[in-house]
Amino acid sequence: MNTMNYVLILLGMFVVTFGIRFVLFAKANKVVMPAFLDRGLKFVPVAVLTAIITPMVFVSNNSVHVSLDSPWVLGALFAFITGIWLQKQLLTIIVGVFVFFTVKIVSG
Amino acid sequence: MSVLQEMKRGFIASIPMIVGGIPFGILFGSLASSYDLSPWFAIAMSMFVFAGSAQFVAIGLISIDTPLWVIVSTTFIVNLRHLLYAADLVKYIKHLPISTRFIMGFGLIDETYAAVRPLYGTGAISKESGHQAFLGSFLSFYIMWNITTVIGIMFGELIPGMSEWGLEFAMVATFIGIITPYLKSYPFWLSMISAGMSSLILFDLPNNLGLLLSAIIGVAVGYIADVQYSSNVNAFEKGEVK
Repeated sequence: MNTMNYVLILLGMFVVTFGIRFVLFAKANKVVMPAFLDRGLKFVPVAVLTAIITPMVFVSNNSVHVSLDSPWVLGALFAFITGIWLQKQLLTIIVGVFVFFTVKIVSG
Repeated sequence: MSVLQEMKRGFIASIPMIVGGIPFGILFGSLASSYDLSPWFAIAMSMFVFAGSAQFVAIGLISIDTPLWVIVSTTFIVNLRHLLYAADLVKYIKHLPISTRFIMGFGLIDETYAAVRPLYGTGAISKESGHQAFLGSFLSFYIMWNITTVIGIMFGELIPGMSEWGLEFAMVATFIGIITPYLKSYPFWLSMISAGMSSLILFDLPNNLGLLLSAIIGVAVGYIADVQYSSNVNAFEKGEVK
């Protein structure tokens, strides 16, 4: 591939990535979100973040493993319980990371 | 509060995810050089595209000589979830000047949305100064991503097995810390459970499509449950349900 091709790849990737992120912001002063949409959008953080991390926790070697001897599952489980119970974000992160690395080191 | 203090607030909310992102940046740089791509190409991609997972997918496609239009349309699909973030944030940023919105659009990544969106929700930041916290978060990720890309290009092969260390777990734990405060009514629980189950059923779809579909399913289930839930609550308040 020549240099021009690489420049076009960068340009194309920039245009679609930035386009997706900016298109609604560009019109933000005119956009009026219908009420039903706003009602749905409040679920975006929970839905997207869950969809990102669940496979990170439960998928290994290209298949789903739900078992209690994985540092990923145990770390996530303890973080989740801490988060629900104590509602403190920093503590949730610390407990999760601590359990993750403890299990990882102990289980080798 | 001063601009710097607001930016620092955005930075602090981002720290665990910055730590979690470091191995990804190094991995990106070292993969790019192991595919024999020009260092400048990898650096330019981190500077101008600034999209973690799409960058990984793209260099993988380039290494097998995929046509341009496939690379660009794949990038489009991989990043489409950001449209949901933008739609959710519009109400907080619509009064800002177009130049500020331009920069915020460029920096609208998963991590900055995850770090800053809850601050608006809890009232920790306001419409008036929230964009400064957003910029603090964006800049810290931007600097981290570009530095780690260079480190990966230069030294990636000297740090073998870094992807096995599990630093990415910091991101998982942070996301859990962001999700749990929302779980105060059953529509949010149903949204989380449906998104999580869908993501496990659909995980092997290509190009983050499983993630995108699961997110949409989670939002739709949450919405339907919310309509149901509030009509139940109304009925209860009117004394129709005992």
